[in-house]
Amino acid sequence: MSARELLPEAQLEDHGLLRFLTCGSVDDGKSTLIGRLLLDSKGLLADQITGLEAASRRRGLPEIDLSLLTDGLLAEREQGITIDVAYRYFATPARKFIIGDSPGHAQYTRNMVTAASTADVAVLLVDARHGLQPQTRRHAYLARWVGIPRVVLAVNKIDLVDDARGAFERIRTQFHQFATGLGFAEVREIPLSALRGDMVVERGDVLRWYRGPTLLQYLESAPARHDEQAQPLRFPVQRVVRVAGGNAQPGSGYEIGEFRGYQGTIASGRVHLGDAVVALPAGTRAHVTEILTPDGPLQQAGADMAVTLRLDTQIDLSRGDLLAAEDALPYHGQDIAAEVCWFDGEPLVPERPYLIKHGCATVRARFAALDHRIDVDSLRLVERPQTLHMNDIARVQLRAQHPLAVDPYTSNRTTGAFIIIDEATNRTVAAGTVR
Amino acid sequence: MLSTIEPQSTVRTQPQGWSHLDALEAESIFILREVAAECTNVALLFSGGKDSAVVLRLAERAFYPERVPFTLLHIDTEHNFPEVIEFRDRMAHERGLRLVVRSVGDSIRNGRVRLRKADESRNPHQSVTLLDAIAEFGFDACIGGARRDEEKARAKERVFSFRDEFGQWDPKNQRPELWSLYNGRVRPGENIRVFPISNWTELDVWQYIRREGIELPSIYFAHRRAVVRRGSALVPVTELTPPHADESVEELSVRFRTVGDITCTAPVESAADAIEKIIAETAAATLTERGATRLDDQTSEASMEQRKKEGYF
Ligand SMILES: Nc1nc2c(ncn2[C@@H]2O[C@H](COP(=O)(O)OP(=O)(O)OP(=O)(O)O)[C@@H](O)[C@H]2O)c(=O)[nH]1
Repeated sequence: MSARELLPEAQLEDHGLLRFLTCGSVDDGKSTLIGRLLLDSKGLLADQITGLEAASRRRGLPEIDLSLLTDGLLAEREQGITIDVAYRYFATPARKFIIGDSPGHAQYTRNMVTAASTADVAVLLVDARHGLQPQTRRHAYLARWVGIPRVVLAVNKIDLVDDARGAFERIRTQFHQFATGLGFAEVREIPLSALRGDMVVERGDVLRWYRGPTLLQYLESAPARHDEQAQPLRFPVQRVVRVAGGNAQPGSGYEIGEFRGYQGTIASGRVHLGDAVVALPAGTRAHVTEILTPDGPLQQAGADMAVTLRLDTQIDLSRGDLLAAEDALPYHGQDIAAEVCWFDGEPLVPERPYLIKHGCATVRARFAALDHRIDVDSLRLVERPQTLHMNDIARVQLRAQHPLAVDPYTSNRTTGAFIIIDEATNRTVAAGTVR
Repeated sequence: MLSTIEPQSTVRTQPQGWSHLDALEAESIFILREVAAECTNVALLFSGGKDSAVVLRLAERAFYPERVPFTLLHIDTEHNFPEVIEFRDRMAHERGLRLVVRSVGDSIRNGRVRLRKADESRNPHQSVTLLDAIAEFGFDACIGGARRDEEKARAKERVFSFRDEFGQWDPKNQRPELWSLYNGRVRPGENIRVFPISNWTELDVWQYIRREGIELPSIYFAHRRAVVRRGSALVPVTELTPPHADESVEELSVRFRTVGDITCTAPVESAADAIEKIIAETAAATLTERGATRLDDQTSEASMEQRKKEGYF
């Protein structure tokens, strides 16, 4: 079945978008799997296939090497490894997909986390011959840490083991034990061969004992994250917009007079005309008098929508502040308990202040305490580490220079997340989730 | 075969009316507002092509009712389709935006760019002119309409992509970019390239152009044009790209999928003279946008990466 043949326009619309990433240990076949998925779902175009064939031939390979498709950097092709995430796009009649192909090397874990932070599903690969590796566990932990609700363990290279069913069952049991402790909403295991294509898009002939969905079937039906659970309103103020003295858009209708509003994307909940909101951290109260979009004013707006709000009173409100539902305020204060993952090659210097970017606010903060480091292999806690090295995950106490309005990450992925920037280098050295 | 599959839940949590275009648009608007808030002097690279027209519309929607707070910048190879230049100038004028044009030709004439052959493509040389313009105006951020689906090296790039004081991209050492927490911090002389439609595909762009009624230069739609067949590509017959002695000129119905430097942009044969038809053709296309229409990117597997490292968009 060719996705492209079946794509009259009507079928392309509005089936939503699913973002997923492939992760797992080095050489477990992530890039090959994506190549296979694209090839078999007709997501590759003729010139890409020709390019792939030519590149494989230049390397003296007998067959086309699907991993060359996503390894887009010179250094990656030279070394045969993935260094940074490659994003790929494809659509089937059921859905549109954004894939992040992430690197397996521990050295590039930060790039895996980059892809994971926006994913709805993690496809975690494991080599059927070797079973779970430390890096498999690390990636599972990190997938959960960034809040991916669903993980698929793709037991790959199943063509290389004699007792495929036995190997699959063993790895499945092992993984289930580990992953249950992490608290995913859904954990699935699928045996497959990325190289030959069994159970990726086609079922193939050799894995008849397996009765679950193919990988693509699973991805076509898994829920995407955009949901409107009954969560309270959170509106980070991204930008104060002032129109006066000739800076109106021609034809906007605001050429005369003055306009002041607050632009941002609704992180959660809904906002209605007339709603009472509280501006944090100041704590002042106001009512919403207008929800403006370029298509005109709205009666109400929901999560993920980019809007401009106007309020009935002039309150002190600027970029970085949060508008929240009056009856469900988040914690706001300077002391924040968090779980951070350190990315940078230079270890944390606990005595130094760092910058925290949270929502649209950037404030200085210091590490008041390093409570414990998490050993992601055993999930054991190591008390009071002296510092944090690259890839370390730890529970910490932060003290911010100014109050921040935060929710636990498990209840809000926008107001519960932050990155840490080293002011001296401007590098993003860590990321954190509020506990 | 399907009978062996376990029952699957088909729950969709997209609320009514939240399409993939809504999701992409909201992401792009967030990114554009973020650049405006974090950077002080921002250029929006505006060539008059469809991707830059989409980015401009997104910016209008992001800042409405305020005028787009960016300078439009065109790095001009001087090898342009007149329809595109007319469109570029008119768009800027109608919106009351400042348009700055800096020319690769000037960079050649003043010796900043040396061509190896007089008739070689000027496209790769845009980097020098761009870096000079960034320095001249002190831009700390430049917004581009590049998409990750266009090319392998682009597929690797961050939304906020850091460039050092030499304009260089270091693909092996990109800043981690989690959630929508973009790090736009630079020191003087450095800059950030921002790609608000990173996650859009060619088809998304056309669907959005239809939805928003975005105006485009006429050469995106099918029209009759004198061309020659060169290899697998069609080459438009112009003063800059005359036919070779052994080539025969044909008049065909063609349209452009991208519009860039005349010397390296090829049209495709098409009868799609309206947006609906273009969308239908795009959905059924068997070649990528660059594969079908760019005459300069195919020389080596790494040509785009190399150029990007040197400061190209
Ligand atoms: N036999 C067999 N080989 C496979 C399968 N999948 C991948 N391989 C091979 O395993 C090797 C590694 O595959 P890649 O796709 O490059 O692995 P990767 O996980 O992307 O590697 P990194 O990105 O560097 O972590 C390649 O030689 C593949 O051909 C499979 O299902 N069966």
